Amino acid sequence: MYCYAISLLSGWENIQMPEAGLYNAGAPEVAAGGEMIRVENLFKWYSRRLAVNDLSFSVNRGDILGFIGPNGAGKSTTMRMITGYLPPSLGCVLINGIDMARFPIKAKSRIGYLPENAPLYSNMSVMAFLKFIALMRGFRGRTALGKVNEVLERCFLENVRHQRIDTLSKGYRHRTCFAQSIIHDPDILVLDEPTDGLDPNQKREIRKLIREMGRTKAIVLSTHILEEVETVCSKVLVISDGKKVFDGVPSGLKAMSERAGDVLIGINSEDRREIIETFENIELCDKVEINQGCDVMSIRLCPMKGIPAEQIKLAAVRLCMQNGWPIDALSITQGTLADVFHKITESQKES
Amino acid sequence: MAFLNIWNITRRELVSYFNSPVSYVFIVIFLLLSGFFTFMVGDFFGRGESDLYAFFQWFPWLFLVLVPALGMNIWADEKRMGTIELLFSLPLTTFQCISGKFLAAWGFLIFAVLLTFPIVITVAWLGDPDYGPIICGYAGCFLLGGAYLGITCMTSAMTSSQVVSFIISEVICLFLIFCGWGPFTDMLVNWAPAWLIDTAASFSVMSHFTSIRRGVIDSRDIIYYCSIIVFSLFTTAMLLKNHRS
Repeated sequence: MYCYAISLLSGWENIQMPEAGLYNAGAPEVAAGGEMIRVENLFKWYSRRLAVNDLSFSVNRGDILGFIGPNGAGKSTTMRMITGYLPPSLGCVLINGIDMARFPIKAKSRIGYLPENAPLYSNMSVMAFLKFIALMRGFRGRTALGKVNEVLERCFLENVRHQRIDTLSKGYRHRTCFAQSIIHDPDILVLDEPTDGLDPNQKREIRKLIREMGRTKAIVLSTHILEEVETVCSKVLVISDGKKVFDGVPSGLKAMSERAGDVLIGINSEDRREIIETFENIELCDKVEINQGCDVMSIRLCPMKGIPAEQIKLAAVRLCMQNGWPIDALSITQGTLADVFHKITESQKES
Repeated sequence: MAFLNIWNITRRELVSYFNSPVSYVFIVIFLLLSGFFTFMVGDFFGRGESDLYAFFQWFPWLFLVLVPALGMNIWADEKRMGTIELLFSLPLTTFQCISGKFLAAWGFLIFAVLLTFPIVITVAWLGDPDYGPIICGYAGCFLLGGAYLGITCMTSAMTSSQVVSFIISEVICLFLIFCGWGPFTDMLVNWAPAWLIDTAASFSVMSHFTSIRRGVIDSRDIIYYCSIIVFSLFTTAMLLKNHRS
């Protein structure tokens, strides 16, 4: 892959005014395989501050990549570089095999972008705004109008189509901006906090929409909400202080939790002392945590390294059966994303 | 494609000018002030001549106040509201964006200036004017407005505050007026060498505006205004690029 080392020069192209056609001459048409977004060794300095530090990843068609990290980790900066709004200090972004720095027009036409906080021209009506975007995306006359109607329907905006944007509620504003990003049916969607500020029902609707579109597109979305990653995303990328700290699938991230693979057992019995004694001496466990509730006591068994949780689970069940203790609940914990998120982003900061 | 993009941006901007009440306030104030200067300060009737000297004479001053007010939010607003991010993620070049927005503001200004047509009718009705200087005067106004607007566009790209943008463009435009204005150059005559005064005066909107207003279309004047516009729009592009990196 051809890559610009220093993009200062390429940014200059942007203001050198020739027609769009010139930019696109010689741009490759198709990418290798299903790889839609490829980010290679991306760096971004804001004067002295390093906001993005050697970030590389790729997103294929059909992937929904969740981009998570603490505030100020560089999520928005990275997304702005992917969409061509910010030029990277170093490194390159390939959109469907097209270098964003060399062929910005062609690359941008493949992307739909929902910026953070959903900025909109507040003095226009929803319809007029979407019409403007459709025209800018290269649709004409009837086709443009058809596209507008299509997204109005898709994003449930029909009953506010003639309303001015500054009179809309936050949910509608957000959906209008979302509609703007999908109007040209792009192969790539970049969504910066798509569900921020929406009520739970609207969040569900938008997530459903994203999941549907994720089948045929490559989607990158950033979020603070960890459940969103679990419910929507097929891949997850965690960054902290501009550096990549995890890249994989959500279940892989969860498995990194210290609590993942623990056996949790709830026993409803009066023989508390006996139970405690028995479980504290259970074999093959690193740690046993016992929590005495009002009715049910819950016991957490952490298996030793290399011991499958299933084995411990069976042993625990056997013990209960032998002693006639009624089991109230039994499960193997999956670990929470919040735990892992905290652990890896904090350890990155310390190092 | 490029022209279509520019036209789409221009059209959106124009629609938003005509949708906003501020624009109508602008037009009304502009018309009132131009009438006041022409008839009261310029003593239109007292001159007893059927020309528009009294009318055009005040335009550099009138525009000094009004054009920065019209253009101060061209980029400042986009930056403040974050829509600049939306705009630059669309498949169009910075140049197309800038020229689209500039043309819309310029178009609106030209529209406002054309609304002063009753004064032409008045002169035609009262006397027998020479239309050459009148047409040239209007052309001069358009160019002058374009130059001020280009400068305002540039200062608007510097900051996300409309007020700062207004003040800076005011200062630059005032400088462009003063450096060739009679009373000001007379003050310098005593100690500055003549070539310096001439050079400074050649940068002035005043000297270039005066000759067009008299009905002399000199290519130097037109090149002067066009180069101010091109220079300021080019600087705007640089500033916007800088803002983004």
